[in-house]
Amino acid sequence: MAASKGIERYTIPVGPIHPALKEPIRLDLSIDGEEIVDVDVIVGQVHRGIEWLGMNRNNAVQNIYIAERVCGICNISHPFAYIMAVEQAAGITPPERAEYIRVIIAEMERIHSHLLWAGIAAHEIGFDTVFYLVWRVREEIMDLMEYVTGNRVTKAMFQIGGVRRDITEEQFPRIRQSLDYYKSIFNQLKTTFLEDITIRMRTKNVGILKAEDALKFLAVGPTARASGVTKDVRQDQPYGAYADLDIKAITPDMVTGTVVGDVYDRIIVRLLEVKQSIEIIEQCLAQMPPGDILAEPKIAKLLNALKKAEGEGVGRHEAPRGECIHYVRLEAGRETLATWKIRAPTYTNLMSIPTMLKGGQIADVPIAFASIDPCMSCTNRAVLVDRKTNKKTVLTHEELHKLCVEKMRRLKAEFDR
Amino acid sequence: MRKLSPEKIVDSFKSALGSDFIEVKIYQREMAIKKNLFTSLWIHVKRQAFRKAVEHICELQEYPHLAIISSSDRGDDVELIYHFTIYYGQHLAELSLGLRVDVPKNDLKIPTITDIIPGALFTERETQEMMGVEVVGIPDSRRLFLPDDFPEGTYPWRKDETGPPQDMFKVLPGRQQKWQQVKE
Repeated sequence: MAASKGIERYTIPVGPIHPALKEPIRLDLSIDGEEIVDVDVIVGQVHRGIEWLGMNRNNAVQNIYIAERVCGICNISHPFAYIMAVEQAAGITPPERAEYIRVIIAEMERIHSHLLWAGIAAHEIGFDTVFYLVWRVREEIMDLMEYVTGNRVTKAMFQIGGVRRDITEEQFPRIRQSLDYYKSIFNQLKTTFLEDITIRMRTKNVGILKAEDALKFLAVGPTARASGVTKDVRQDQPYGAYADLDIKAITPDMVTGTVVGDVYDRIIVRLLEVKQSIEIIEQCLAQMPPGDILAEPKIAKLLNALKKAEGEGVGRHEAPRGECIHYVRLEAGRETLATWKIRAPTYTNLMSIPTMLKGGQIADVPIAFASIDPCMSCTNRAVLVDRKTNKKTVLTHEELHKLCVEKMRRLKAEFDR
Repeated sequence: MRKLSPEKIVDSFKSALGSDFIEVKIYQREMAIKKNLFTSLWIHVKRQAFRKAVEHICELQEYPHLAIISSSDRGDDVELIYHFTIYYGQHLAELSLGLRVDVPKNDLKIPTITDIIPGALFTERETQEMMGVEVVGIPDSRRLFLPDDFPEGTYPWRKDETGPPQDMFKVLPGRQQKWQQVKE
């Protein structure tokens, strides 16, 4: 319509740095009035060259720690997928007890990540009371993780061929206490998110992704499940202790009876998954077998074996945001990895963004975009920044610091006058 | 669609591709206490049959899930592996299927599959900029992650002379010696 009147479409760049986006990414929205007609997603603003480091600098064990730092929120998902890939490549089988501990920690991460997302979603629609409520509730799982692993964020639990710390019988009551706390408040959370009129108004029929589009654009995790695609690595091709548990992918029709594929459905899926995670942890605590937690406790011996190993492997883990996959190739005599490919869930979920936003309104962009729970540092992880060949390149830290100091002096001089 | 066993899938590939089928590796492992089987297939095909192989996967599963394309610099060749999964949606039913194809360095080209799987666009763009493999027929050939001022003809994942040159790295003070050891 606009074109027939001879009016050009406007393009609004949102980002890379924008109050509505938690992490850097640019969305170029072509708009016609208030309606979005086209979207271009531009990524690459937070490259750190992590895959390159794994292939050129670090050995296989050092890479666990760099995998942990791919993303602050998924600091279990990436090492989990990575060690599974290395174990497959080198033919190492972890002890059964370690498989259970891995799953317990991974599910704790899912609880904290989904609660974190629920808070952000509330914040995006301007409902900050709920944001504070959810983030206060989230502290309980952070405390539990600190109790079990010794740290709130980067937990360093994983080792090739097992885990680094045991979960002992004495720790069970404290773990159960936290799980009971979440069970006791679950209905309150459910009412807040699913019954509240404000949340319903802002999330129903917003950012719809149909099942067919989700399949075509390879959506994963809650984004796919909210569209009715029953895809969950823990269910489809279970690994570790998940293979012992009967896990069923969660879809929104379990609550509403229908699948719409909007933001509201994504809230339902994540809420129910918190409950599912509590149940998984309880089952694991009940079924955990006794035994060792490491296949090879001596690091020097392990490194030696990995250096001699030749092969390739794929590790797939259902991260809170969806399938996280690592591909590793080991070559005999090579200390670093020969190939390392990381794919975080947001990488493929971003492909669905244009479909979700098209036809919507500009004011719905923040919540619709946030509904895939995007994690940019996961997606962008593979590049070197060039500082020499071209003048218009990125400022180095020193240059930036210099500019900052100069500005400070200038301001101080003005103030003194 | 009827689900085939891993062996049957291999047979179906052999009959569909004929002499363009190179080899298959089947990886199986028993998991945890119940010893449920974890299976992944690695199928190696010739480049001329690559599109046909992807179409064949689409016959096994209406919407195959393409997780990622991984690429390795193997000296004279670049090896691409398309990591597919099929038969998802049911407990223990899914299969991982790695479709391996070698591309010689003197003719670094691979046809696009975005017409079959639209979601493959990001990973094709990444393979193109990071490994220097030209994806023929790609609908959007812009860079994905690399900044616009990154030099042409340099590919971060390559291990030959087209890899990133030494002066592109900034080595932290005090790490020079360690860096040299690693490079040697």
